[in-house]
Amino acid sequence: MIEIEVDRREGGIGVVVPKGRLNMVSARQLKELLGELVSSGATRVVVDLAETTFLDSSGLGAIIAGLKSARQAGGDLRIARPTATVLTVFQLTNMDKVLRPRDDVDTAFDD
Amino acid sequence: MTRRLLLIRTIVLLTTILGLNYIVWRWLFSVNWPAWWIAVPLVIAETYSLIDSLLFGLGMWRLKERGDPPPAPEGRTVDVFITTYNEPIELVMTTARAAKEIRYPHRTWILDDGNRPEMRAAAEAEGIGIITRSADWVGMPRHAKAGNLNNALLATEGEFLLILDADQIPKPEILDRTLGYFTDEQMALVQTPQWFVNVPESDPLGSQAPLFYGPIQQGKDGWNAAFFCGSNAVIRREALMQLGVSRYASEVEIGVHKALRTAKKVIREARKQLSPDETLVRDALDAILLDIGRARKELAEGEALFDVTYRFQQRLTGIRRELVRADLEAVQADLAVVAELGVLGGEGGDSLATISDEALDQMAHRDWSPLGAVETVQALVNAVDVDRGGEAQPIMPLATISVTEDMATCMRLHGLGWRTAYHDEVLAVGLAPEDLQTMLTQRLRWAQGTVQVLFRENPLTQKRLSWAQRLMYFATMWSYLSGFAAIVYIAAPVVYLTIGVLPVQAISTEFFIRLVPFLVVNQLLFFVVAAGRPTWRGQQYSLALFPVWIKSFTSAFGNVFLGRSLDFAVTPKTKRADESLRWDLVRPQLWAMGLLAAGAVIGVVRLAVGQATWLGTVFNIVWVVFDLVIFSVIIQAVRYRGFGDAADVPEVARGGASS
Repeated sequence: MIEIEVDRREGGIGVVVPKGRLNMVSARQLKELLGELVSSGATRVVVDLAETTFLDSSGLGAIIAGLKSARQAGGDLRIARPTATVLTVFQLTNMDKVLRPRDDVDTAFDD
Repeated sequence: MTRRLLLIRTIVLLTTILGLNYIVWRWLFSVNWPAWWIAVPLVIAETYSLIDSLLFGLGMWRLKERGDPPPAPEGRTVDVFITTYNEPIELVMTTARAAKEIRYPHRTWILDDGNRPEMRAAAEAEGIGIITRSADWVGMPRHAKAGNLNNALLATEGEFLLILDADQIPKPEILDRTLGYFTDEQMALVQTPQWFVNVPESDPLGSQAPLFYGPIQQGKDGWNAAFFCGSNAVIRREALMQLGVSRYASEVEIGVHKALRTAKKVIREARKQLSPDETLVRDALDAILLDIGRARKELAEGEALFDVTYRFQQRLTGIRRELVRADLEAVQADLAVVAELGVLGGEGGDSLATISDEALDQMAHRDWSPLGAVETVQALVNAVDVDRGGEAQPIMPLATISVTEDMATCMRLHGLGWRTAYHDEVLAVGLAPEDLQTMLTQRLRWAQGTVQVLFRENPLTQKRLSWAQRLMYFATMWSYLSGFAAIVYIAAPVVYLTIGVLPVQAISTEFFIRLVPFLVVNQLLFFVVAAGRPTWRGQQYSLALFPVWIKSFTSAFGNVFLGRSLDFAVTPKTKRADESLRWDLVRPQLWAMGLLAAGAVIGVVRLAVGQATWLGTVFNIVWVVFDLVIFSVIIQAVRYRGFGDAADVPEVARGGASS
């Protein structure tokens, strides 16, 4: 199962850390959480994937849904620190070409 | 290789050689060019038919008869989806109850696109899940059944999905007999036949498709191109979601490039219309042009698309805010003038300095804008966004480019490298239309959907499909062109019998020697691959429904290229009350039969008065009789009064539906 940690920071930044398997079972939980985070004012979201052991396309779909909410609220969603396995899922769908992973959570919104 | 396959391949090879031998001779030596207006259409129609049988032969070359499936793995999670829009509640519930009784552990859901309270009540009373469109769909394109399934995909979480139309009653073993194929990690989809219980042995409406749900699908399967047919199929969720995500990535990329190109044009146009004193707006537009250039350059350099669009939008928002501020200052100045002139009375109102940046932001976000240029900028921001604002969900796994979402979705799955399988065992029994009008609507819809895919995503140009896969998809589209060929096959004998014009140079011995062996081996191929399945109805309808096939091309062309509506209709599953015989629905066919019959009579008269040859007349009258036998199915179809007698239900089907 998955545990999702949320850390709200200054400047409307929310850091989300999914710990465990982000798959079709937990995707909806992440999607809802991201939606609530954005509507509560944290429109700049960092999804920290360092502790995500597994990602499937449904999990990726939830991240895209979060990106949509963030953009519609005038903010953005960034991903950070994916492991090699997780990155493969991005590559399979060409998502790596459009959503660039950041190396660091704290500086994810610096550019 | 089995002996059966060896035999089939031999006949395919023979068909190909004899067919090419005939058609090359036709083109080079036997076209009656002076009568080109009938001679050329005929040789084209014949070439069409030959290509059709060559494509059929290509499928048969790899006929894959899978036999018993591998055992189903334990412990996988499955959602059973029953899609409905307006079918009677009791019909849906019958299917849902049978779905609940499927042996392999699963969850059953009714996807009610009609959002009917009584459907919900009925489902909940029996502990069956119900899914209706989420709030995201309000005011968005609904995309019919594809939208219904896309919505349900995001509301559930099973590893596999069994898709059932509302009338397709599943057998308890349906999952046990299909899940085994998914032990192959690359297997995305397993399709099983659609078989209808309310159809008499004679099948007057041609409802069963024994050749398609059999050899044709097995042939496609041999080339890893077995089709998804919308119902009675099990799909791997991961395959669909991966398709959805990768389509999202590529469509967003295409969309952004297109938007930036358009943006450049729009801004240049807007700039031309400025009066010389609007320097501020001009500067703003110049700044936007610069940013468009910068964004395109960054994309060309391979920067991540979302970063580029985000920065672009941030800069645009800044420019936009400046424009609004400038405009407010102008308004403020106007107000000041008005206030001074108006004898200095009331409150001065907020000065610009006290208006916060947030307020400006809000103004910028409001769709109220005093300047045309600002509106242009807004439209740009929306266009260059990556959130797919015009759709309910950014991820749309089931294709929405066609009214038959199944074929397009499956072709895209094959493009991503997934495999599909066709399992030739009836595991669900459904209801076919029981009247001519409903049947015609349904066939038109299928044909339109297929032609839409041809026009929007021509399989021949899909680079990620193998050539055989491309041809397998193309073959189905090609078969719908038979409507145009049918007209020629009706016209040619009538033309000879009435005015004596022959489209071939001579009805010679050579003509027969080249044509007849081809026709014989071609029929032999049908006979061998069908292995006892009835194929005659299918052959009849492929010509007899020529007006439907032609309409499918013209209406899909109008829809795809001219933006017209397809007049899309949901296939009704219940009988219509209309009691009169609907000859009006088949008027073109009746005209064709009349012309053929009249042609035969005139031909006999012409022969009697010595204006025609025996050979020509007899040959063309045989042709007319063949055409009339083909079209006779239409008479049966009009006279068919529905499937009334329950005793007619074949034993297998009843066993299947109730066990």
